[in-house]
Amino acid sequence: MNRNWPLWEVFVRAKNGLSHRHVGSVHAADARMAIEAARDVYTRRMEGVSLWVVPSNAITASDPKEHADLFEPAEDKVYRHPTFYAIPDNVKNI
Amino acid sequence: MLPDATLADYALRLGDDSLVLGQRLSEWCGHAPMLEIDLALSNIALDLIGQASHFLKFAGRAEGRGRDADSFAFRRDALDFRNCLLVEQPNGDFAQTMARQFLFSNWQELLFAQLQHSANDTLADIARKAVKEVAYHAHFANEWMVRLGDGTEESRARTIAGLEWMWRFTGELFERDPALKPLVDAGVAVDVPSLRPDWEDRISRTLAEARLELPKPRRWVMGGRVGHHSEHLGHLLSEMQFLQRAYPGAMW
Repeated sequence: MNRNWPLWEVFVRAKNGLSHRHVGSVHAADARMAIEAARDVYTRRMEGVSLWVVPSNAITASDPKEHADLFEPAEDKVYRHPTFYAIPDNVKNI
Repeated sequence: MLPDATLADYALRLGDDSLVLGQRLSEWCGHAPMLEIDLALSNIALDLIGQASHFLKFAGRAEGRGRDADSFAFRRDALDFRNCLLVEQPNGDFAQTMARQFLFSNWQELLFAQLQHSANDTLADIARKAVKEVAYHAHFANEWMVRLGDGTEESRARTIAGLEWMWRFTGELFERDPALKPLVDAGVAVDVPSLRPDWEDRISRTLAEARLELPKPRRWVMGGRVGHHSEHLGHLLSEMQFLQRAYPGAMW
């Protein structure tokens, strides 16, 4: 009966200070139900302190056929990587 | 602690409510209308079974005969269960399950909100942890009552039928039991009739939002607290207890 429930993408913030990360999707009739479903499906082991849900159809994806045009030019630009810095041991989440 | 039969009986009532409803909800596992609801119902069931294990363990200590939570859960017959009749009622369809959850969780949240101030520290601790879980159960059920009641003609009809089925078992939730008077007087047990105004207020508010009416008053069906259960409990126990009955003491 409810096979037509729309899909929502779920983003979880693991703790304050971090950004929300995409973790998966849920089916739900509306945003409120999507938050509850996401809570039950993705945060039952204390994975998060905040949830976002976004209608999946609101997401525009890049075209796999354009993969080469979009991403390959970055391959030979090593100078864009900050590899000359040493990261201090006590800096997490980089 | 000194053996206290009344305290043990009270802990059994609290534990059996959670245990039996937890087992009932587990029957949905793998059968719910959507994966998301399957998980939500299983989560609620696990919360309830967790509460039950704490209450039943405490009942064993209060009883002082060496029984633990497992022996209460798996090696007692229906006559010795002390749960209210509401929680043993069959799942029916999803609307009937939600009607039962709606009526029960709203009551249990009010009950635990008071029990967390119990003069008995163990009961207070269990209730303090459980009240947050149950607040979510009530929230979940309230949401579904509104969705189903104010949904399609079919969901509405099924919800009304579910409420009609469950309503006659709600009187028992507020029945003052003279046997518990010493515990109520000592501030250990909650005086359940006092929960009724708040419960009715909550129930009526959600039903109004769901465009549903309070079911008509009817004669209450009671007896769960003294072991007079409906036939449904025996079937539930035969499934829940099968393994320990067939292979006593089995572990894995």
